[in-house]
Amino acid sequence: MSPTIRGRENVKWFRKPSSTPLWQDEFSVFTADERYVNRRQFTKFLTLTSFAMLVGNLWILVKSWFYRAPRYPRREIAAAGEIPVGGVKLFAYPTPEDPCILVRTAADSYVAYSQKCTHLSCAVYYESAHQRLECPCHQGFFAISDGSVLQGPPQRPLPRITLEHAGGRIIATGVEVA
Amino acid sequence: MNGKAPQGRGLTAIDGAMVLIVVLLIVQIWLLSATLESFLAGHREAAVPGAIISGLLFLACAGLYLFVVRIDAEVRRP
Repeated sequence: MSPTIRGRENVKWFRKPSSTPLWQDEFSVFTADERYVNRRQFTKFLTLTSFAMLVGNLWILVKSWFYRAPRYPRREIAAAGEIPVGGVKLFAYPTPEDPCILVRTAADSYVAYSQKCTHLSCAVYYESAHQRLECPCHQGFFAISDGSVLQGPPQRPLPRITLEHAGGRIIATGVEVA
Repeated sequence: MNGKAPQGRGLTAIDGAMVLIVVLLIVQIWLLSATLESFLAGHREAAVPGAIISGLLFLACAGLYLFVVRIDAEVRRP
């Protein structure tokens, strides 16, 4: 009897694929079978990769379920007039591992952002000539007014540090994401 | 009468299924990256639809894998 694909009525979807031992199934003595084994194994690899993507999505889902809004401390970061107009001061907020940049954009206007680029976390710097924050690694540009992306590979705006002016001091009060 | 050998026909079906899986996988990778970007940007509401669609894509991939296994068994061990 010559090999042929059997009719649909004979197909059993949930049967075991083969009654031969696994080693014999995967290392067939027939050269023609190798094409099938390679494709089946590659398909299995692709399906497992798909499962890994699903696990990633589920991880994000779990993280979003257990998300708690962080509480930020109030911390003095500079004195008013400490930096000139167009000047910057680097500081860390809310933890010592979170570098931030404070920019005095006008005589009575200050803005502060996280210094980590939202693309690959390179440190951004202030370019006063163009009134924007620039990432030197991949030429990502952010607006100084609100931290939004002007150009480049970053997809998200810079987290903004909320500021308060009290008694000639500039105080960081929180972090606004997007 | 189809002149193509049955084994060749099985191979074509498997190749077609593999291409479909690759397309679904590319969509799933994009979906994961987009969901992660949204989550990091504070849009946590994107996580639920992202997980559901990713699950559906995985089920489609798994179905196609079962199809490949079945065709493999049908053609090689009639």
